[in-house]
Amino acid sequence: MNAPIIRIRGVSKTYDRSAAARPALAGLDLEVRAGEALAVLGRSGSGKSTLLNLIAGLDRPSEGVVEVDGVAVHELGEAALAEYRRRRIGMVFQFFNLLDDLDVEDNVLLPAQLAGMRREPARARAGELLERLGVARHAKAFPGRLSGGERQRVAVARALMNRPPVLLADEPTGALDTASAADVRDLLRGLNEEGQTVVLVTHDTALAEACARRTIELLDGRLVRDTAAAAAPGGAR
Amino acid sequence: MSALGKVVRAGVGRKRVQTLVMVLTTMASVTACVLAVGLLVAARGPYQRSFADQHGAHLNVLYDPAAASPAQLAAAAHAPGVTASAGPYAAVTVQPRAGEDSSIPPPGSPLPAMTLVGRAQDGPLDGLRITMGRWVAGPGEVVFPDGRSPLAVGESLRFPDLPGQPTLKVVGLASSVSWSADGWVAPEQLAGLTAPGTTPAAQYLYRFAHAGTDAELEADHAALAAAVPAGALTRATSYRPAQQEADRTASTFVPFVTAFGVLGLAMSVLIIGVVVSGAVTAATRRIGILKSLGFTPAQVARAYVGQALIPAGIGTALGVLGGNLLAVPVLGIARKALRGGLLGIPLWVDLAVPAAALAAVAGTALVPALRAGRLRTVEALAVGRTAPGGKQAAARRAPGRAPGRAGAAGLLAGVRNAIGRLPVPRSLSLGLASPLNRPGRSATTGAAVVLGTAGVTLCVGLTLSLGLLQDGLEAGRAGEVVVQAPIEGTTKPPERVDEAAVARAIAARPGTRAWYSSVPTPVAVAGNTGRSEVVAFSGDASWSGYQLVSGRWFRGAGEVVVGAAYLRANQAKVGDTVTLTDHGRTTPATITGEVLTTGDFVYVDRATLAPLGGTVAAEAISFRIDLEPGTDAKAYVDALDGAVRPLGLGAEPGERHINIVVLAMNTLAGTLTLLLSVVAGLGVLNTVLLDTRERVHDLGVLKALGMSPRQTVGMVLTSVCGSGLVAGLIGVPIGIAVHHEVMPAMARAAGVGVPDGDLGVFEPAVVGPLILGGLVLALLGAVLPATWAARTRTVTALRTE
Repeated sequence: MNAPIIRIRGVSKTYDRSAAARPALAGLDLEVRAGEALAVLGRSGSGKSTLLNLIAGLDRPSEGVVEVDGVAVHELGEAALAEYRRRRIGMVFQFFNLLDDLDVEDNVLLPAQLAGMRREPARARAGELLERLGVARHAKAFPGRLSGGERQRVAVARALMNRPPVLLADEPTGALDTASAADVRDLLRGLNEEGQTVVLVTHDTALAEACARRTIELLDGRLVRDTAAAAAPGGAR
Repeated sequence: MSALGKVVRAGVGRKRVQTLVMVLTTMASVTACVLAVGLLVAARGPYQRSFADQHGAHLNVLYDPAAASPAQLAAAAHAPGVTASAGPYAAVTVQPRAGEDSSIPPPGSPLPAMTLVGRAQDGPLDGLRITMGRWVAGPGEVVFPDGRSPLAVGESLRFPDLPGQPTLKVVGLASSVSWSADGWVAPEQLAGLTAPGTTPAAQYLYRFAHAGTDAELEADHAALAAAVPAGALTRATSYRPAQQEADRTASTFVPFVTAFGVLGLAMSVLIIGVVVSGAVTAATRRIGILKSLGFTPAQVARAYVGQALIPAGIGTALGVLGGNLLAVPVLGIARKALRGGLLGIPLWVDLAVPAAALAAVAGTALVPALRAGRLRTVEALAVGRTAPGGKQAAARRAPGRAPGRAGAAGLLAGVRNAIGRLPVPRSLSLGLASPLNRPGRSATTGAAVVLGTAGVTLCVGLTLSLGLLQDGLEAGRAGEVVVQAPIEGTTKPPERVDEAAVARAIAARPGTRAWYSSVPTPVAVAGNTGRSEVVAFSGDASWSGYQLVSGRWFRGAGEVVVGAAYLRANQAKVGDTVTLTDHGRTTPATITGEVLTTGDFVYVDRATLAPLGGTVAAEAISFRIDLEPGTDAKAYVDALDGAVRPLGLGAEPGERHINIVVLAMNTLAGTLTLLLSVVAGLGVLNTVLLDTRERVHDLGVLKALGMSPRQTVGMVLTSVCGSGLVAGLIGVPIGIAVHHEVMPAMARAAGVGVPDGDLGVFEPAVVGPLILGGLVLALLGAVLPATWAARTRTVTALRTE
């Protein structure tokens, strides 16, 4: 069995500092192994996106430890966090978050360029990804001209540009029609089958079942279900 | 509070940074405009204002009390045309010497003959304003006219030829708009200043119904002379010389104050336009929400004009206050240079400038507010949810879009792609392409930076040119050491100077680098319609700093250089021949050049005067010496003094004078430039802030992809680099062009030409930093928003719609 690539210990996150505030995450413990595909389910406000933001280094925990690929994310400064996101995290958003004034290829190239990769190897890598994800013909198009599914494929290509050990996806099919959603679902599953660690936040149980071998469910910031624990001898739920 | 009022108040309170920027921008703009307009008003007709304020006299008349009774003199106040009079004041004409504490005229040196009047500070006419020190408290004190004082406050003058050898201490300087006297003392002082056997004259000051021209003044003079017994009116001077000098100085200020005023006004309008329209445009989605709640387009327009007017109103009020506070020192210096004018900003300026500024704010807010008000609600609501590129993408997708717009969009995309291929880090190329997101706003802000850079260029050019001009005008005072006749006590000046021996002593002294001598001569220029003074030079005057407006310096006998005043008065030009004459002998000389001087001088080589006998006034000869670098000037002076004493001369350190007019101009130009730079910087700050806020979501995406805080700062700063650099490249030539128009205009007003060297101050070493100045100005304005962008939390940015 692979070693854990994500370790979360006693993580709490409170946005409101008042005593009566309800934490978005409350004492969460979680481990994700390399090559695992984890789906995080839960209702709105359950803490799913907060968990994803903490793993991505987009936000800091109020308490607890977040370690990803051997990096203590909760201890990093802003510059180190940027470096961490470049090298270790690929992120796919619900609304794609492509930059509309850059063409598809430039969007995909961005993470490599920010990391200082030389242009030619970066272009070769971008071309390879666009080809693999089936959007190479749109390389010089602007995102506004693509369908939702195509845009999400471009977003996935961008997320994989720097070969991150962890791919995070926040409601990746939430803004897509059924056909496009299925398309993206197959894509994520394929990536995981090739060994990519994927953490997926979604409302969509079908997506979770299709893509993830393990599912956890959050409720009011607490872990209420973990299929891995349930599968283990003596596991709860 | 009505719904509209609540919306306005909330809009102002919620966008604190934007509100603050709007307050600061309008404040700086209004301050600059109030000051510029105030200065323009101050520079136009300052004399007339002072004449009215101080009840100036048209004629200052001295009567011989022995030739007319007091009643007869008093009756002259009823002469035809007289509208007011003051007097009698006792007046004496004296020939004092500088006291032992004198610094500029050597102690004991004779001062010019002067008419001292015993009177109080205030009077029905020619009220005197103290500009330094205080009014006389009693005998033993004197107040001199500001700008025409032979001594500084605190120094003394003495009268060795009068019984008891009285001494007067200078206790103050006063401005007199009528030049009614050369100095004022306590009335009880007059007895001690009157030579035995003489009687003080009686001074009367008069105003007339008609005294605007020399002819009218002559008629007034004649009317007074006719009103008193013959010979009783011994002297009359008019206010005209004072007026002419003040007007000439004032008119030198007009061109550059006008240039700065126009730059300031244009920039203020641009920046206010950018700030206000940007604020309204940024609120388009909010406008959509208001419309969805039932606001009419008119209500929306009113709300956003009101929202712009509140911070602009605060900024305008602060700007008026700032302009008036800054005006105190600035107008004080201008007043000193102009010898009159405004003490503060006129009320109409305080009302007109803010009214114009608020009208500009309302106008620039109204256009985008009306446009937003007319937007379909659903479109307005959608604006905040799509990135700027989204609109372009929509435009690309839209069928039947205007070909021109499509072409422009394609061009922008092409430029953006080209920038993306530049061999610079991606964060920087993203910044360089950023102005293309809002080309109109970027261009307007760039135009403001252009004007700011032009202002800085003009200021630097003026400062350099005025410095060079001052050096040229002060060339007659060149030299670190001066050898001239020492006038101490009652020592008689030498009647003859062995110039060759003095020259040998100077040349032999270690540390001497160069020297020349100059001396006024009694030589006249035949047919001269002016009152030119012919000054003869010996030695090497090439280092003295005399500047040629045209032609060249004389190279020996038979050549002269003259000032503009000579050329003007005699309708002469360079190349003409003049005839020098002395004691019936004549010699021709060719005008080889026009020298920079405000006086009516003719400069010649001593050899030119040889055919005339070469008579010079020995007591007025001065040797001006330039020292080798590192020479101890004091030790040199002491040693040389010992060497030239036996020859009847003395050595002393040279003096440099600070020209108050040049100082005033430099101060004004510096203050206005600073204000223009602040306005331009605030404009950049506002533009970058708006751009950054509009693209904060993209910023969040970039940060999520790994853009570091340093890269974020770099991206935002480079977003202004292109426009800053372009602004420098355009603004500097504009500033140079304005300088080349303004400087000659100022010089013409002062009655001189500008030597090419004084105009050509923009050498590469000056132009290079000035071009970069536009960049620096833009970068300074972008620093705060860049820091803000770097500190924005990624999650917050990603959540921003």
